[in-house]
Amino acid sequence: MVMSSGWSIWIIVIVALHIVGYSWLLFSTSKMKEEDHKEGDTTGHEWDGIKEYNNPLPKWWLYMFILTIVFSVVYLILYPGMGNYKGILNWTQEGAWAEENAVVLKKRSELFSTFINKPIPEMIKDTKAMEIGERLFANHCSSCHGSDAQGAIGFPNLADNDWLYGGEPAIIVKSISAGRNGVMPPWGAALGDQGVKQVAAYVRSFSEQGQDAELVTEGQAKFGMFCVACHGADGKGNPMLGAPNLADNIWLHSYDSGLLETVISKGISGKMPKHSELLDDNSIKVLAAYVYSLSNE
Amino acid sequence: MKTNFNDEIVKKFALVTIIWGIVGMLVGVIIAAQMAWPALNFDLPFLTFSRLRPLHTNAVIFAFGGNALIGTSFYVVYKTCKANLFAPKLASFVFWGYQLVIVAAVFTLPFGYTQSREYAELIWPIDIFLTIVWIAYAVVFFGTITKRKEKHIYVANWFYAAFIITIALLHIVNNLQIPVNWHLSYSIYPGAVDALVQWWYGHNAVGFFLTAGFLGMMYYFIPKQAGRPVYSYRLSIVHFWALISSYMWAGPHHLHYTSLPDWAQSLGMVFSLILLAPSWGGMINGIMTLSGAWHKLRDDPIIKLLIVSLSFYGMSTFEGPMMAIKTVNALSHYTDWTIGHVHSGALGWVALMTIGSLYVLIPKLWGKKGMYSTDLINVHFWVATLGIVLYIASMWIAGVMQGLMWRDINADGTVVYSFAETVKATYPYYIARFLGGVMFLGGMFIMLYNVIKTISAKNTNEEVVGEAA
Repeated sequence: MVMSSGWSIWIIVIVALHIVGYSWLLFSTSKMKEEDHKEGDTTGHEWDGIKEYNNPLPKWWLYMFILTIVFSVVYLILYPGMGNYKGILNWTQEGAWAEENAVVLKKRSELFSTFINKPIPEMIKDTKAMEIGERLFANHCSSCHGSDAQGAIGFPNLADNDWLYGGEPAIIVKSISAGRNGVMPPWGAALGDQGVKQVAAYVRSFSEQGQDAELVTEGQAKFGMFCVACHGADGKGNPMLGAPNLADNIWLHSYDSGLLETVISKGISGKMPKHSELLDDNSIKVLAAYVYSLSNE
Repeated sequence: MKTNFNDEIVKKFALVTIIWGIVGMLVGVIIAAQMAWPALNFDLPFLTFSRLRPLHTNAVIFAFGGNALIGTSFYVVYKTCKANLFAPKLASFVFWGYQLVIVAAVFTLPFGYTQSREYAELIWPIDIFLTIVWIAYAVVFFGTITKRKEKHIYVANWFYAAFIITIALLHIVNNLQIPVNWHLSYSIYPGAVDALVQWWYGHNAVGFFLTAGFLGMMYYFIPKQAGRPVYSYRLSIVHFWALISSYMWAGPHHLHYTSLPDWAQSLGMVFSLILLAPSWGGMINGIMTLSGAWHKLRDDPIIKLLIVSLSFYGMSTFEGPMMAIKTVNALSHYTDWTIGHVHSGALGWVALMTIGSLYVLIPKLWGKKGMYSTDLINVHFWVATLGIVLYIASMWIAGVMQGLMWRDINADGTVVYSFAETVKATYPYYIARFLGGVMFLGGMFIMLYNVIKTISAKNTNEEVVGEAA
C-alpha cells in the first residue's frame, strides 16, 4: 500500500529532523571547554539541599549513542522506513515470507517425490509418507478431530469405518480440500414438542430396544414425512448430502440427555473448513492417504 | 508536632501506594498460580485469568505506580520549588478522584466491562472522569512550579512534567471512542491505524508513566538519600530531550510482522535502538551520583534498593531495544520472554524505586528519625531481589524455549511441536514464576509492617517537618 506523497514527505521530514536533532544535541553538549569544568564544581544551583555536578558526557556512552544513530541511518537507507522510499534492498515482510516459504516448499517437493505419484491405496504402505501424514494431521486436523483422529461431539471420528460423505480416497481428498457444510434444518416448528419426542424415540429404536411403542409408531409416520428425504427410509443416511446414518449406534452429536431432541427441534450445522487455501494439493493427498490408512490397512 | 498540608496529602498517597501495591501484586500472584493450576479460577467468570489480568496490570501500573508518582511529584515539586502546593483543595480532589477511578476499575474489570485495549481497558465514563482528575493534577503541579521560589526548575520536575503532559495526551487520543451505551463504546480509528494508536499509547505508557515519571522520582530520592550532588547536569539535559522524543516513535515495535506497513515497523525499530543511550543516561546519572560514596551501597539498604532498581532499569532498557529488532522480535514476540522483560522493568525498576523512595519519605513525613527497622528493610531488599531474579529468569527460559519450539519445523514443513506441547514444557517455569511473585509480595507485607511500626513509633524528629513554608 502506498501513502500519498504528502504523508510520505511529512514522515521523511520529521524522521530526519529527529536524527539531525540528536546529532546536534550530542555535538553541542559533548564539547566542553576546560575552564567550564573543574573537578568537584557544581552548577551553583541547589534545590532542597540537592546540588548538581556538571561532569562531561561519558565517552563510551556518547559513542554508543552515535553508533545507534549511524546504525539507524544505514538501516533506513537499506530498508523501508522513510515514507514511500523502498530501501536499497527492496525488502518487504511479504517478500521475506515468500522467500522462506519457497525454500520449505522446495525441500518438501524433494521429500515427496518418492511417493507422491502413487495412488492413495498404495501410498499408505509407504512408511515415510505416513509419518509425514501423521504430522500434517497433528498440525492441521487434530485440534478438532483429536490427535488420535477419534473425533469429539460434533467432529466425526476418522479412525472408524463410518463415513458421513464416504471413505473413498477421492472423496476424502475432496472433503479436505473443499471442506464440507452439513446442515440439519430445525424441525421444532413443524413437529411440535410431542412430535419431536416421537421422532426421537423412533430414531433411537433403530439401535436400541425398549422404546415406548406408541411413540415409536407415531414417530415412524413423522419420520416418513420429514426425515426420509435426507436420512432415507431405513435411516441409513445419504453420503451425497452428508446425512448421517442414524441406524448404526454411532452418534455425531451424541444422543444423551435430550441432545437428540434438541438437534431435531433446533437443527444443527457442521462445518469442515476448506483447506485448499492452507495446503497445497500434494500435502492434501498425503493427508488424505493418512486418514484413509486409519481405517484401511 | 507541626504539620502542613503538603505533607498531609503526600502521606495519603504514600499509604495507598502500599495498599494498592499489595492488592495489585496479590492479584498478580493469583493469576500466576492460575497459569500453573488453571482450576484455581473455580469456573467463576470474575476469577478467570482474562478478567483478572487487566485488574492486575491496572492495579500495579496505575494504582501502585500512579499513586507513587502523584504523591512523590507533589512532595518533590513543593520541596524543590520551596513553595506550598498550588490549590490545596484541588490536590485533595486529585487524591480522592484518583482513588475513585481505581475503585471503579475494581468493580468493572472483573465483571467484563472493558474497552479491550491493553492498559486502557477502563470503560468510557471512567476515562472521562480520569481525564478531569488528571487535568486537576496538572493544574496543581504546574501551578506549584509557577509560584516557585527557586529560579531554576530542578531536573526531577522536568521528568514529572513530561510524564503529566504526555499521559494526558496519550490517554485522551487513545480513548477517543463513540459510546453506544453506558459501558460500551467503539474506537474512532479503523483497523491498522487503531492498532498503531493503541501501541503508540501502550509503549508510551511504559515510556512516560513507568520511565519518565520514575526518573523524576530517582532524580530526587537518590541524591537526597546519598547526600551527594547529581553526577552531571549536562547529561540530564541530553538524555531528557533524547528520551522524550525517541520514546514517541517506539510503539510500532509491538506490531512487528503484522498488517502494519513495513515503513512504520522499521521506524519503530530504529527509534527503539536510538532509545538505548538516552535511557542509560538516567541510569548513569543515578548510579554515578554515588561516586565517592560507594560504601553507602554496603551500609544503607535504602541506597541498595535504589541502586539495584537502577540496575534493573539499565538491564531492561538494554533488553527492550534488543527485543525491538525485527529478527529478535520474531523469536521473542508472543512468548513469556515479553512477560519477563516487563517484570524486570515493573518489579526491578518501578517497584524497587518506589519502595526505596517510600523508605526515605515515610520517616520524614511522619517526623520520625528513620524507619522502625533497618534490618527489615534489608530483609525486604533480599526477598524482593531474589523474587525478581526467580521471576525473570524463569520467564526468560520459558520464553526462549517457547520461541524455539514454535519455530521448529520438520523437513516437510510441519511444526515439530503442537501448541499444547509447548504449554506443557512451560509448566515448571510457571511454578518458578509463581514462587518469585510470592516472594516479592511477601516483601510488601514486610514493608507494610515496618511502615505501621514506624508511623506508630514514639520517637520524633521535629526538624524535618514543615520545611517548605
